[in-house]
Amino acid sequence: MDATIDSSGATGRIPIHQAKSIGGLSDPLFVGALWASGIFVLILLGLIIAQLFLGGLPALQEFGLDFLWTASWNPVTEKYGALVMIYGTLFSAVIAVVVALPLSFGIAFFLTEIAPQPLKRPIGVAVQLLAAVPSIIYGMWGFFVIAPLMAAYVQPPLIDLLGPIPVLGALFQGPPLGSGMFTAGLILAVMIVPFITAMFVETLESVPPMLKESAYGVGCTTFEVYRNVSVPYGRTAMVGAVMLGLGRALGETMAVTFVIGNATRLSASLFAPGATIASTIANEFPEAPIGSLKLTSLLQLGFILFVISFIVLALSRALVRSRLD
Amino acid sequence: MNSAVDPTFNLSSSVAAKPGAVEAPVKIQVNKLNFYYGQNHALKNINFTIPEKRVTAMIGPSGCGKSTLLRVFNRMYDLYPGQRAEGEVLFDGVNVVGKDLDSTVVRSRIGMVFQKPTPFPMSIYDNIAFGVRLHESINKAQMDERVESCLRKAAIWEETKDRLHTSALGMSGGQQQRLCIARTIAVRPEVILLDEPTSALDPISTSKIEDLIDELKQEFTIVIVTHNMQQAARCADLTAFFYLGELVEVGTSDVIFTNPKEIKTRDYITGRFG
Repeated sequence: MDATIDSSGATGRIPIHQAKSIGGLSDPLFVGALWASGIFVLILLGLIIAQLFLGGLPALQEFGLDFLWTASWNPVTEKYGALVMIYGTLFSAVIAVVVALPLSFGIAFFLTEIAPQPLKRPIGVAVQLLAAVPSIIYGMWGFFVIAPLMAAYVQPPLIDLLGPIPVLGALFQGPPLGSGMFTAGLILAVMIVPFITAMFVETLESVPPMLKESAYGVGCTTFEVYRNVSVPYGRTAMVGAVMLGLGRALGETMAVTFVIGNATRLSASLFAPGATIASTIANEFPEAPIGSLKLTSLLQLGFILFVISFIVLALSRALVRSRLD
Repeated sequence: MNSAVDPTFNLSSSVAAKPGAVEAPVKIQVNKLNFYYGQNHALKNINFTIPEKRVTAMIGPSGCGKSTLLRVFNRMYDLYPGQRAEGEVLFDGVNVVGKDLDSTVVRSRIGMVFQKPTPFPMSIYDNIAFGVRLHESINKAQMDERVESCLRKAAIWEETKDRLHTSALGMSGGQQQRLCIARTIAVRPEVILLDEPTSALDPISTSKIEDLIDELKQEFTIVIVTHNMQQAARCADLTAFFYLGELVEVGTSDVIFTNPKEIKTRDYITGRFG
Protein backbone atom coordinates (compact mmCIF):
# COMPACT_ATOMS: atom_id res chain seq x y z
CA MET A 1 0.00 0.00 0.00
CA ASP A 2 2.78 2.43 0.86
CA ALA A 3 4.41 1.92 -2.51
CA THR A 4 1.47 3.37 -4.39
CA ILE A 5 1.75 6.75 -2.72
CA ASP A 6 5.04 7.84 -4.34
CA SER A 7 4.77 5.73 -7.44
CA SER A 8 5.01 8.60 -9.97
CA GLY A 9 8.71 7.94 -10.50
CA ALA A 10 8.20 4.23 -10.56
CA THR A 11 5.59 4.36 -13.32
CA GLY A 12 7.78 6.68 -15.41
CA ARG A 13 5.24 9.53 -15.56
CA ILE A 14 6.06 13.25 -15.48
CA PRO A 15 5.66 14.70 -11.94
CA ILE A 16 2.30 16.36 -11.64
CA HIS A 17 3.60 19.92 -11.21
CA GLN A 18 5.47 19.70 -14.53
CA ALA A 19 2.62 18.27 -16.60
CA LYS A 20 1.17 20.38 -19.42
CA SER A 21 -2.42 21.48 -19.14
CA ILE A 22 -4.80 19.37 -21.16
CA GLY A 23 -6.59 20.90 -24.14
CA GLY A 24 -4.54 24.12 -24.37
CA LEU A 25 -6.54 27.10 -25.63
CA SER A 26 -9.63 25.28 -26.86
CA ASP A 27 -11.34 24.98 -23.50
CA PRO A 28 -11.09 28.67 -22.52
CA LEU A 29 -12.49 29.49 -25.99
CA PHE A 30 -15.37 27.12 -25.48
CA VAL A 31 -16.14 28.52 -22.05
CA GLY A 32 -15.89 32.06 -23.42
CA ALA A 33 -18.39 31.21 -26.16
CA LEU A 34 -20.80 29.86 -23.58
CA TRP A 35 -20.48 33.08 -21.57
CA ALA A 36 -21.12 35.11 -24.71
CA SER A 37 -24.29 33.13 -25.49
CA GLY A 38 -25.62 33.68 -22.01
CA ILE A 39 -24.82 37.38 -21.90
CA PHE A 40 -26.26 37.86 -25.41
CA VAL A 41 -29.74 36.94 -24.16
CA LEU A 42 -29.54 39.54 -21.41
CA ILE A 43 -28.32 42.25 -23.78
CA LEU A 44 -30.96 41.42 -26.38
CA LEU A 45 -33.79 41.54 -23.87
CA GLY A 46 -32.45 44.73 -22.34
CA LEU A 47 -32.23 46.42 -25.72
CA ILE A 48 -35.77 45.42 -26.67
CA ILE A 49 -37.18 46.80 -23.43
CA ALA A 50 -35.17 50.02 -23.73
CA GLN A 51 -36.14 50.50 -27.38
CA LEU A 52 -39.82 49.95 -26.69
CA PHE A 53 -39.77 52.28 -23.74
CA LEU A 54 -37.88 55.05 -25.54
CA GLY A 55 -40.06 54.66 -28.63
CA GLY A 56 -43.18 55.12 -26.52
CA LEU A 57 -41.74 57.91 -24.39
CA PRO A 58 -43.20 60.79 -26.47
CA ALA A 59 -46.69 59.35 -25.95
CA LEU A 60 -46.03 59.06 -22.26
CA GLN A 61 -44.88 62.69 -22.16
CA GLU A 62 -47.93 63.80 -24.14
CA PHE A 63 -50.61 61.92 -22.21
CA GLY A 64 -48.88 61.03 -18.95
CA LEU A 65 -50.15 58.03 -17.01
CA ASP A 66 -53.66 58.95 -18.16
CA PHE A 67 -52.71 56.92 -21.23
CA LEU A 68 -53.40 53.79 -19.19
CA TRP A 69 -57.04 54.61 -18.42
CA THR A 70 -58.17 56.69 -21.34
CA ALA A 71 -60.75 54.87 -23.42
CA SER A 72 -60.52 56.85 -26.63
CA TRP A 73 -58.35 55.96 -29.61
CA ASN A 74 -58.90 58.73 -32.09
CA PRO A 75 -56.40 59.31 -34.91
CA VAL A 76 -58.33 62.38 -36.14
CA THR A 77 -58.10 64.37 -32.91
CA GLU A 78 -54.77 62.67 -32.02
CA LYS A 79 -56.20 61.54 -28.70
CA TYR A 80 -54.89 58.10 -27.71
CA GLY A 81 -55.52 55.90 -24.70
CA ALA A 82 -54.81 52.24 -23.94
CA LEU A 83 -57.80 51.28 -21.77
CA VAL A 84 -59.86 49.58 -24.49
CA MET A 85 -56.91 47.47 -25.60
CA ILE A 86 -55.78 46.55 -22.11
CA TYR A 87 -59.35 45.56 -21.26
CA GLY A 88 -59.71 43.57 -24.50
CA THR A 89 -56.41 41.82 -23.98
CA LEU A 90 -57.23 40.72 -20.45
CA PHE A 91 -60.88 39.91 -21.18
CA SER A 92 -60.18 37.69 -24.20
CA ALA A 93 -57.33 35.95 -22.39
CA VAL A 94 -59.52 35.25 -19.37
CA ILE A 95 -62.28 33.84 -21.60
CA ALA A 96 -59.65 31.63 -23.21
CA VAL A 97 -58.43 30.28 -19.88
CA VAL A 98 -61.96 29.70 -18.57
CA VAL A 99 -62.79 27.64 -21.65
CA ALA A 100 -59.44 25.87 -21.92
CA LEU A 101 -59.10 24.85 -18.28
CA PRO A 102 -61.83 22.20 -18.02
CA LEU A 103 -60.93 20.86 -21.44
CA SER A 104 -57.27 20.54 -20.48
CA PHE A 105 -58.17 18.87 -17.20
CA GLY A 106 -60.29 16.34 -19.03
CA ILE A 107 -57.70 15.54 -21.65
CA ALA A 108 -54.88 15.32 -19.12
CA PHE A 109 -56.80 13.02 -16.75
CA PHE A 110 -57.91 10.86 -19.62
CA LEU A 111 -54.39 10.55 -21.00
CA THR A 112 -52.71 9.80 -17.68
CA GLU A 113 -55.12 7.31 -16.20
CA ILE A 114 -58.02 6.20 -18.33
CA ALA A 115 -56.76 5.98 -21.91
CA PRO A 116 -55.81 2.46 -22.98
CA GLN A 117 -52.22 2.20 -24.19
CA PRO A 118 -53.03 2.09 -27.93
CA LEU A 119 -55.07 5.32 -27.70
CA LYS A 120 -52.59 7.26 -25.59
CA ARG A 121 -50.12 8.11 -28.30
CA PRO A 122 -52.57 9.17 -31.03
CA ILE A 123 -54.41 11.51 -28.68
CA GLY A 124 -51.19 12.85 -27.18
CA VAL A 125 -49.76 13.54 -30.62
CA ALA A 126 -53.01 15.14 -31.80
CA VAL A 127 -52.95 17.51 -28.85
CA GLN A 128 -49.36 18.45 -29.63
CA LEU A 129 -50.23 19.00 -33.29
CA LEU A 130 -52.84 21.54 -32.22
CA ALA A 131 -49.91 23.56 -30.94
CA ALA A 132 -48.15 23.21 -34.28
CA VAL A 133 -50.97 24.78 -36.32
CA PRO A 134 -49.83 28.30 -37.34
CA SER A 135 -51.89 31.03 -35.73
CA ILE A 136 -52.88 32.52 -39.10
CA ILE A 137 -54.64 29.22 -39.86
CA TYR A 138 -56.60 29.50 -36.64
CA GLY A 139 -57.44 33.06 -37.64
CA MET A 140 -58.87 32.03 -40.98
CA TRP A 141 -60.69 29.09 -39.45
CA GLY A 142 -62.17 31.39 -36.84
CA PHE A 143 -63.17 34.00 -39.38
CA PHE A 144 -64.67 31.72 -42.03
CA VAL A 145 -66.01 28.86 -39.95
CA ILE A 146 -66.46 29.70 -36.28
CA ALA A 147 -67.64 33.31 -36.52
CA PRO A 148 -70.52 32.54 -38.95
CA LEU A 149 -71.53 29.54 -36.82
CA MET A 150 -71.55 31.72 -33.73
CA ALA A 151 -73.60 34.41 -35.46
CA ALA A 152 -76.17 31.92 -36.74
CA TYR A 153 -76.57 29.35 -33.99
CA VAL A 154 -74.89 30.30 -30.72
CA GLN A 155 -75.21 33.99 -30.10
CA PRO A 156 -78.91 34.66 -30.94
CA PRO A 157 -80.34 32.11 -28.46
CA LEU A 158 -77.89 33.23 -25.76
CA ILE A 159 -78.80 36.87 -26.26
CA ASP A 160 -82.50 36.05 -26.15
CA LEU A 161 -82.18 33.77 -23.17
CA LEU A 162 -79.65 35.49 -20.93
CA GLY A 163 -79.74 39.08 -22.19
CA PRO A 164 -82.77 40.18 -20.13
CA ILE A 165 -81.31 38.97 -16.81
CA PRO A 166 -80.06 41.91 -14.75
CA VAL A 167 -76.28 42.21 -14.23
CA LEU A 168 -75.45 38.87 -15.90
CA GLY A 169 -77.35 40.04 -18.98
CA ALA A 170 -74.75 42.74 -19.57
CA LEU A 171 -72.46 40.00 -20.85
CA PHE A 172 -74.97 39.05 -23.54
CA GLN A 173 -75.92 42.29 -25.24
CA GLY A 174 -75.72 43.62 -28.77
CA PRO A 175 -76.24 42.19 -32.23
CA PRO A 176 -75.01 38.66 -32.99
CA LEU A 177 -72.09 39.66 -35.21
CA GLY A 178 -70.16 36.43 -34.92
CA SER A 179 -66.83 38.09 -34.42
CA GLY A 180 -66.08 39.66 -31.05
CA MET A 181 -64.56 38.99 -27.66
CA PHE A 182 -66.17 35.61 -27.15
CA THR A 183 -65.14 34.17 -30.50
CA ALA A 184 -61.63 35.49 -29.99
CA GLY A 185 -61.54 33.85 -26.58
CA LEU A 186 -62.69 30.52 -28.04
CA ILE A 187 -59.99 30.55 -30.70
CA LEU A 188 -57.41 31.46 -28.09
CA ALA A 189 -58.66 28.61 -25.90
CA VAL A 190 -58.03 26.09 -28.67
CA MET A 191 -54.56 27.53 -29.08
CA ILE A 192 -53.56 27.30 -25.41
CA VAL A 193 -55.13 23.91 -24.64
CA PRO A 194 -52.06 21.99 -25.89
CA PHE A 195 -49.71 23.91 -23.60
CA ILE A 196 -51.85 23.63 -20.51
CA THR A 197 -52.60 19.97 -21.21
CA ALA A 198 -48.94 19.08 -21.73
CA MET A 199 -47.98 20.61 -18.40
CA PHE A 200 -50.94 19.01 -16.61
CA VAL A 201 -49.95 15.60 -17.96
CA GLU A 202 -46.39 16.13 -16.81
CA THR A 203 -47.56 17.14 -13.36
CA LEU A 204 -49.99 14.25 -13.00
CA GLU A 205 -47.36 11.77 -14.12
CA SER A 206 -44.99 13.10 -11.50
CA VAL A 207 -47.36 12.10 -8.68
CA PRO A 208 -45.61 9.13 -7.02
CA PRO A 209 -47.48 5.90 -7.85
CA MET A 210 -47.14 4.83 -4.22
CA LEU A 211 -49.00 7.95 -3.11
CA LYS A 212 -51.85 7.15 -5.47
CA GLU A 213 -51.83 3.52 -4.36
CA SER A 214 -52.07 4.67 -0.75
CA ALA A 215 -55.19 6.58 -1.62
CA TYR A 216 -56.61 3.60 -3.47
CA GLY A 217 -55.50 1.62 -0.43
CA VAL A 218 -57.92 3.40 1.90
CA GLY A 219 -60.69 2.72 -0.59
CA CYS A 220 -60.74 5.73 -2.93
CA THR A 221 -62.28 5.67 -6.37
CA THR A 222 -60.36 7.05 -9.36
CA PHE A 223 -62.12 10.39 -9.10
CA GLU A 224 -61.44 10.66 -5.38
CA VAL A 225 -57.76 9.94 -5.93
CA TYR A 226 -57.64 12.76 -8.47
CA ARG A 227 -59.56 15.28 -6.48
CA ASN A 228 -57.90 14.64 -3.15
CA VAL A 229 -54.40 13.48 -3.98
CA SER A 230 -53.17 14.06 -7.53
CA VAL A 231 -54.51 17.58 -7.98
CA PRO A 232 -53.50 18.88 -4.53
CA TYR A 233 -50.07 17.32 -5.02
CA GLY A 234 -49.55 19.21 -8.27
CA ARG A 235 -51.67 22.23 -7.40
CA THR A 236 -49.07 24.96 -7.68
CA ALA A 237 -47.57 23.52 -10.85
CA MET A 238 -51.03 23.41 -12.36
CA VAL A 239 -51.71 27.02 -11.49
CA GLY A 240 -48.36 27.81 -13.09
CA ALA A 241 -49.43 25.95 -16.23
CA VAL A 242 -52.61 28.00 -16.42
CA MET A 243 -50.63 31.22 -16.04
CA LEU A 244 -48.33 30.15 -18.87
CA GLY A 245 -51.40 29.57 -21.02
CA LEU A 246 -52.71 32.97 -20.00
CA GLY A 247 -49.39 34.52 -20.99
CA ARG A 248 -49.63 33.00 -24.44
CA ALA A 249 -53.21 34.14 -24.86
CA LEU A 250 -52.27 37.72 -23.93
CA GLY A 251 -49.75 38.14 -26.69
CA GLU A 252 -51.42 36.19 -29.49
CA THR A 253 -51.90 38.45 -32.52
CA MET A 254 -52.99 37.09 -35.87
CA ALA A 255 -55.79 34.75 -34.90
CA VAL A 256 -57.29 37.38 -32.62
CA THR A 257 -57.02 40.15 -35.21
CA PHE A 258 -59.14 38.03 -37.54
CA VAL A 259 -62.04 37.42 -35.21
CA ILE A 260 -62.17 40.10 -32.53
CA GLY A 261 -63.92 42.70 -34.67
CA ASN A 262 -61.35 45.47 -34.14
CA ALA A 263 -63.52 48.15 -32.61
CA THR A 264 -61.90 50.56 -30.18
CA ARG A 265 -64.99 50.79 -28.03
CA LEU A 266 -65.47 49.65 -24.47
CA SER A 267 -68.26 47.10 -23.93
CA ALA A 268 -69.04 44.62 -21.21
CA SER A 269 -70.75 42.27 -23.67
CA LEU A 270 -69.08 39.01 -24.63
CA PHE A 271 -70.36 39.42 -28.18
CA ALA A 272 -69.31 43.01 -28.78
CA PRO A 273 -66.37 43.61 -31.08
CA GLY A 274 -63.28 44.86 -29.31
CA ALA A 275 -59.53 45.05 -29.71
CA THR A 276 -56.47 43.71 -27.98
CA ILE A 277 -53.12 45.42 -27.72
CA ALA A 278 -51.58 43.00 -30.21
CA SER A 279 -54.44 43.27 -32.71
CA THR A 280 -54.40 47.07 -32.55
CA ILE A 281 -50.69 47.20 -33.23
CA ALA A 282 -51.04 44.76 -36.13
CA ASN A 283 -53.92 46.74 -37.63
CA GLU A 284 -52.65 50.26 -37.20
CA PHE A 285 -48.92 49.99 -37.58
CA PRO A 286 -49.00 50.31 -41.38
CA GLU A 287 -50.97 53.56 -41.06
CA ALA A 288 -48.70 55.18 -38.52
CA PRO A 289 -46.17 57.57 -40.11
CA ILE A 290 -42.69 57.66 -38.62
CA GLY A 291 -42.40 60.24 -35.88
CA SER A 292 -46.17 60.57 -35.45
CA LEU A 293 -47.87 60.56 -32.09
CA LYS A 294 -49.80 57.50 -33.24
CA LEU A 295 -46.62 55.50 -33.76
CA THR A 296 -45.25 56.37 -30.37
CA SER A 297 -48.62 55.50 -28.82
CA LEU A 298 -48.46 52.09 -30.49
CA LEU A 299 -44.95 51.56 -29.18
CA GLN A 300 -46.18 52.56 -25.76
CA LEU A 301 -48.96 49.96 -26.11
CA GLY A 302 -46.33 47.38 -26.97
CA PHE A 303 -44.43 48.29 -23.83
CA ILE A 304 -47.57 47.86 -21.73
CA LEU A 305 -48.19 44.42 -23.26
CA PHE A 306 -44.62 43.51 -22.47
CA VAL A 307 -45.06 44.49 -18.85
CA ILE A 308 -48.35 42.55 -18.51
CA SER A 309 -46.84 39.43 -20.08
CA PHE A 310 -43.76 39.75 -17.90
CA ILE A 311 -45.84 39.89 -14.74
CA VAL A 312 -47.89 36.86 -15.74
CA LEU A 313 -44.81 34.89 -16.74
CA ALA A 314 -42.99 35.78 -13.53
CA LEU A 315 -45.99 34.64 -11.48
CA SER A 316 -46.21 31.37 -13.39
CA ARG A 317 -42.50 30.66 -12.94
CA ALA A 318 -42.71 31.34 -9.25
CA LEU A 319 -45.69 29.00 -8.91
CA VAL A 320 -44.21 26.21 -11.00
CA ARG A 321 -40.99 26.35 -8.99
CA SER A 322 -42.75 26.20 -5.65
CA ARG A 323 -44.54 22.99 -6.61
CA LEU A 324 -43.36 21.04 -3.57
CA ASP A 325 -43.47 23.43 -0.71
CA MET B 1 -37.07 -28.83 18.37
CA ASN B 2 -36.79 -31.00 15.31
CA SER B 3 -40.43 -31.62 14.71
CA ALA B 4 -41.37 -31.18 11.10
CA VAL B 5 -43.26 -28.01 10.26
CA ASP B 6 -46.59 -28.71 8.78
CA PRO B 7 -48.15 -25.90 6.71
CA THR B 8 -51.58 -26.55 8.15
CA PHE B 9 -50.42 -25.43 11.58
CA ASN B 10 -51.30 -28.45 13.66
CA LEU B 11 -48.37 -27.34 15.65
CA SER B 12 -46.70 -28.91 18.49
CA SER B 13 -44.25 -28.50 21.29
CA SER B 14 -41.94 -26.43 19.13
CA VAL B 15 -44.29 -23.49 19.55
CA ALA B 16 -44.06 -23.58 23.28
CA ALA B 17 -42.12 -20.32 23.34
CA LYS B 18 -45.18 -18.53 21.99
CA PRO B 19 -48.18 -20.33 23.34
CA GLY B 20 -51.14 -20.13 21.07
CA ALA B 21 -49.08 -18.46 18.39
CA VAL B 22 -50.99 -20.02 15.60
CA GLU B 23 -54.03 -21.57 17.16
CA ALA B 24 -56.24 -18.90 15.74
CA PRO B 25 -59.10 -18.85 13.26
CA VAL B 26 -58.11 -18.56 9.60
CA LYS B 27 -58.41 -14.99 8.31
CA ILE B 28 -57.03 -15.34 4.82
CA GLN B 29 -56.74 -18.56 2.90
CA VAL B 30 -54.79 -18.64 -0.35
CA ASN B 31 -55.71 -21.47 -2.68
CA LYS B 32 -53.80 -22.35 -5.85
CA LEU B 33 -52.92 -18.76 -6.51
CA ASN B 34 -51.06 -17.89 -9.69
CA PHE B 35 -50.13 -14.38 -10.67
CA TYR B 36 -48.88 -12.94 -13.93
CA TYR B 37 -47.27 -9.67 -14.92
CA GLY B 38 -48.09 -9.94 -18.60
CA GLN B 39 -46.12 -13.04 -19.64
CA ASN B 40 -44.11 -13.20 -16.44
CA HIS B 41 -45.37 -15.88 -14.07
CA ALA B 42 -44.66 -14.20 -10.74
CA LEU B 43 -46.47 -16.42 -8.26
CA LYS B 44 -46.68 -20.14 -8.79
CA ASN B 45 -49.43 -22.18 -7.18
CA ILE B 46 -49.37 -20.60 -3.74
CA ASN B 47 -51.30 -22.35 -0.94
CA PHE B 48 -51.10 -20.71 2.41
CA THR B 49 -53.13 -19.69 5.44
CA ILE B 50 -52.96 -16.52 7.52
CA PRO B 51 -54.34 -16.73 11.06
CA GLU B 52 -56.45 -13.99 12.60
CA LYS B 53 -54.86 -11.42 14.93
CA ARG B 54 -51.39 -12.74 14.40
CA VAL B 55 -48.38 -11.29 12.65
CA THR B 56 -47.36 -13.19 9.56
CA ALA B 57 -44.05 -12.29 7.94
CA MET B 58 -43.11 -12.97 4.36
CA ILE B 59 -39.41 -13.12 3.61
CA GLY B 60 -37.30 -13.99 0.60
CA PRO B 61 -34.87 -12.42 -1.84
CA SER B 62 -35.96 -9.52 -4.07
CA GLY B 63 -38.24 -10.59 -6.88
CA CYS B 64 -39.44 -13.71 -5.07
CA GLY B 65 -43.07 -12.58 -5.20
CA LYS B 66 -43.73 -11.62 -1.58
CA SER B 67 -44.72 -8.02 -2.37
CA THR B 68 -46.75 -9.29 -5.29
CA LEU B 69 -48.73 -11.53 -2.97
CA LEU B 70 -49.39 -8.57 -0.70
CA ARG B 71 -50.69 -6.58 -3.66
CA VAL B 72 -52.99 -9.45 -4.60
CA PHE B 73 -54.57 -9.46 -1.13
CA ASN B 74 -55.96 -5.93 -1.53
CA ARG B 75 -56.39 -6.02 -5.28
CA MET B 76 -53.82 -3.29 -5.91
CA TYR B 77 -52.87 -5.10 -9.13
CA ASP B 78 -56.29 -4.09 -10.49
CA LEU B 79 -54.91 -0.64 -11.21
CA TYR B 80 -52.52 -1.95 -13.80
CA PRO B 81 -53.69 -3.51 -17.03
CA GLY B 82 -51.79 -6.66 -17.92
CA GLN B 83 -51.55 -7.95 -14.36
CA ARG B 84 -53.83 -10.82 -13.48
CA ALA B 85 -54.40 -13.34 -10.75
CA GLU B 86 -55.83 -16.85 -10.97
CA GLY B 87 -56.96 -18.92 -8.04
CA GLU B 88 -58.56 -17.94 -4.77
CA VAL B 89 -57.81 -15.66 -1.88
CA LEU B 90 -60.51 -16.33 0.68
CA PHE B 91 -61.07 -13.49 3.14
CA ASP B 92 -63.32 -14.88 5.86
CA GLY B 93 -64.30 -17.47 3.31
CA VAL B 94 -65.16 -15.01 0.53
CA ASN B 95 -62.99 -14.86 -2.58
CA VAL B 96 -61.59 -11.34 -3.01
CA VAL B 97 -59.74 -12.08 -6.24
CA GLY B 98 -61.73 -11.72 -9.41
CA LYS B 99 -64.48 -9.35 -10.35
CA ASP B 100 -67.21 -10.29 -7.89
CA LEU B 101 -66.28 -7.73 -5.24
CA ASP B 102 -65.69 -4.02 -5.64
CA SER B 103 -61.99 -3.35 -5.18
CA THR B 104 -62.58 -0.20 -3.10
CA VAL B 105 -64.53 -2.29 -0.59
CA VAL B 106 -61.80 -4.91 -0.45
CA ARG B 107 -59.18 -2.21 0.16
CA SER B 108 -61.15 -0.66 2.98
CA ARG B 109 -61.14 -4.04 4.76
CA ILE B 110 -57.55 -4.90 3.88
CA GLY B 111 -55.43 -1.80 4.43
CA MET B 112 -51.87 -1.31 3.27
CA VAL B 113 -48.79 0.61 4.38
CA PHE B 114 -46.00 1.11 1.86
CA GLN B 115 -42.20 1.03 1.86
CA LYS B 116 -41.86 4.77 1.91
CA PRO B 117 -44.12 7.00 3.98
CA THR B 118 -46.81 8.40 1.71
CA PRO B 119 -48.64 11.14 3.59
CA PHE B 120 -51.26 12.87 1.48
CA PRO B 121 -50.60 16.54 0.69
CA MET B 122 -52.92 17.80 3.42
CA SER B 123 -52.94 18.35 7.18
CA ILE B 124 -52.22 15.61 9.71
CA TYR B 125 -55.87 15.62 10.78
CA ASP B 126 -57.16 15.41 7.23
CA ASN B 127 -54.77 12.56 6.43
CA ILE B 128 -56.62 10.47 9.00
CA ALA B 129 -60.09 11.85 8.33
CA PHE B 130 -59.75 11.48 4.57
CA GLY B 131 -60.25 7.73 4.39
CA VAL B 132 -62.95 7.79 7.06
CA ARG B 133 -65.02 10.35 5.14
CA LEU B 134 -65.02 8.07 2.11
CA HIS B 135 -66.79 5.29 3.91
CA GLU B 136 -68.70 6.80 6.80
CA SER B 137 -70.53 10.02 7.48
CA ILE B 138 -69.80 10.95 11.06
CA ASN B 139 -69.99 14.32 12.76
CA LYS B 140 -67.13 16.58 13.78
CA ALA B 141 -66.96 15.36 17.38
CA GLN B 142 -66.94 11.72 16.35
CA MET B 143 -64.29 12.48 13.77
CA ASP B 144 -62.12 14.26 16.32
CA GLU B 145 -62.43 11.24 18.53
CA ARG B 146 -61.57 8.86 15.73
CA VAL B 147 -58.53 10.88 14.71
CA GLU B 148 -57.27 10.98 18.28
CA SER B 149 -57.80 7.30 18.91
CA CYS B 150 -56.04 6.33 15.67
CA LEU B 151 -53.11 8.60 16.39
CA ARG B 152 -52.91 7.14 19.90
CA LYS B 153 -52.99 3.60 18.57
CA ALA B 154 -50.22 4.48 16.17
CA ALA B 155 -48.21 5.90 19.11
CA ILE B 156 -47.94 9.32 17.54
CA TRP B 157 -50.60 11.33 19.37
CA GLU B 158 -48.23 13.02 21.80
CA GLU B 159 -46.04 14.27 18.96
CA THR B 160 -48.87 15.56 16.82
CA LYS B 161 -51.67 16.75 19.10
CA ASP B 162 -50.49 20.38 18.96
CA ARG B 163 -50.04 20.47 15.21
CA LEU B 164 -52.97 18.49 13.86
CA HIS B 165 -53.82 21.13 11.32
CA THR B 166 -50.35 21.63 9.90
CA SER B 167 -49.16 19.85 6.78
CA ALA B 168 -48.22 16.21 7.20
CA LEU B 169 -45.33 16.77 4.80
CA GLY B 170 -43.41 18.58 7.52
CA MET B 171 -43.06 15.51 9.76
CA SER B 172 -40.01 13.29 9.97
CA GLY B 173 -39.92 10.05 7.99
CA GLY B 174 -40.61 7.89 11.02
CA GLN B 175 -43.51 10.07 12.11
CA GLN B 176 -44.92 10.04 8.59
CA GLN B 177 -44.81 6.26 8.53
CA ARG B 178 -46.66 6.04 11.86
CA LEU B 179 -49.16 8.56 10.47
CA CYS B 180 -49.66 6.26 7.49
CA ILE B 181 -50.34 3.38 9.87
CA ALA B 182 -52.81 5.57 11.79
CA ARG B 183 -54.47 6.51 8.52
CA THR B 184 -54.76 2.86 7.56
CA ILE B 185 -56.36 1.79 10.84
CA ALA B 186 -58.72 4.77 10.74
CA VAL B 187 -60.92 3.11 8.14
CA ARG B 188 -61.18 0.10 10.50
CA PRO B 189 -59.69 -2.59 8.32
CA GLU B 190 -59.50 -6.16 9.51
CA VAL B 191 -56.17 -6.91 7.93
CA ILE B 192 -53.16 -4.58 7.64
CA LEU B 193 -50.57 -5.26 4.97
CA LEU B 194 -47.14 -3.78 5.62
CA ASP B 195 -44.81 -3.71 2.63
CA GLU B 196 -41.29 -3.29 4.07
CA PRO B 197 -42.62 -0.55 6.36
CA THR B 198 -39.26 0.25 7.93
CA SER B 199 -36.91 -0.01 4.95
CA ALA B 200 -36.69 3.79 4.64
CA LEU B 201 -36.43 4.47 8.38
CA ASP B 202 -33.64 4.84 10.93
CA PRO B 203 -33.19 2.25 13.72
CA ILE B 204 -35.07 4.24 16.36
CA SER B 205 -38.11 4.79 14.14
CA THR B 206 -37.87 1.14 13.13
CA SER B 207 -38.06 -0.07 16.70
CA LYS B 208 -41.06 2.20 17.34
CA ILE B 209 -42.85 0.68 14.36
CA GLU B 210 -42.01 -2.81 15.57
CA ASP B 211 -43.40 -2.06 19.02
CA LEU B 212 -46.47 -0.72 17.28
CA ILE B 213 -46.91 -3.90 15.28
CA ASP B 214 -46.91 -5.84 18.54
CA GLU B 215 -49.66 -3.58 19.88
CA LEU B 216 -51.75 -3.67 16.74
CA LYS B 217 -52.04 -7.43 16.57
CA GLN B 218 -54.42 -7.30 19.53
CA GLU B 219 -56.93 -5.89 17.11
CA PHE B 220 -55.80 -6.58 13.56
CA THR B 221 -54.43 -9.37 11.44
CA ILE B 222 -51.04 -8.24 10.20
CA VAL B 223 -49.06 -9.37 7.19
CA ILE B 224 -45.60 -7.90 6.85
CA VAL B 225 -43.10 -8.18 4.02
CA THR B 226 -39.56 -7.57 5.17
CA HIS B 227 -35.97 -7.94 4.07
CA ASN B 228 -34.83 -7.73 7.62
CA MET B 229 -34.79 -11.22 9.08
CA GLN B 230 -34.26 -10.05 12.65
CA GLN B 231 -37.39 -8.02 12.20
CA ALA B 232 -39.35 -11.06 11.09
CA ALA B 233 -37.95 -13.06 13.99
CA ARG B 234 -38.81 -10.28 16.46
CA CYS B 235 -42.28 -9.38 15.27
CA ALA B 236 -43.84 -12.32 13.54
CA ASP B 237 -45.67 -15.30 14.92
CA LEU B 238 -45.46 -17.01 11.57
CA THR B 239 -42.90 -16.67 8.82
CA ALA B 240 -43.23 -17.71 5.21
CA PHE B 241 -40.20 -18.03 2.94
CA PHE B 242 -40.66 -17.37 -0.75
CA TYR B 243 -38.20 -18.10 -3.52
CA LEU B 244 -38.63 -17.48 -7.26
CA GLY B 245 -42.38 -17.15 -7.02
CA GLU B 246 -42.88 -20.25 -4.91
CA LEU B 247 -43.72 -20.67 -1.29
CA VAL B 248 -40.83 -22.76 -0.01
CA GLU B 249 -41.70 -23.09 3.64
CA VAL B 250 -44.02 -21.66 6.24
CA GLY B 251 -44.05 -22.17 9.97
CA THR B 252 -43.77 -20.46 13.29
CA SER B 253 -40.97 -17.93 13.32
CA ASP B 254 -39.12 -19.92 15.97
CA VAL B 255 -38.94 -22.93 13.75
CA ILE B 256 -38.15 -21.09 10.54
CA PHE B 257 -35.28 -19.21 12.11
CA THR B 258 -33.85 -21.95 14.26
CA ASN B 259 -34.66 -25.20 12.57
CA PRO B 260 -36.01 -24.85 9.05
CA LYS B 261 -37.02 -27.94 7.19
CA GLU B 262 -35.84 -26.88 3.74
CA ILE B 263 -32.20 -26.44 2.71
CA LYS B 264 -33.11 -23.29 0.74
CA THR B 265 -34.65 -21.65 3.78
CA ARG B 266 -31.61 -22.48 5.86
CA ASP B 267 -29.27 -21.07 3.21
CA TYR B 268 -31.26 -17.88 2.99
CA ILE B 269 -31.57 -17.16 6.70
CA THR B 270 -27.92 -17.91 7.28
CA GLY B 271 -27.02 -15.49 4.51
CA ARG B 272 -25.60 -18.01 2.10
CA PHE B 273 -27.56 -16.43 -0.75
CA GLY B 274 -30.09 -13.70 -1.24
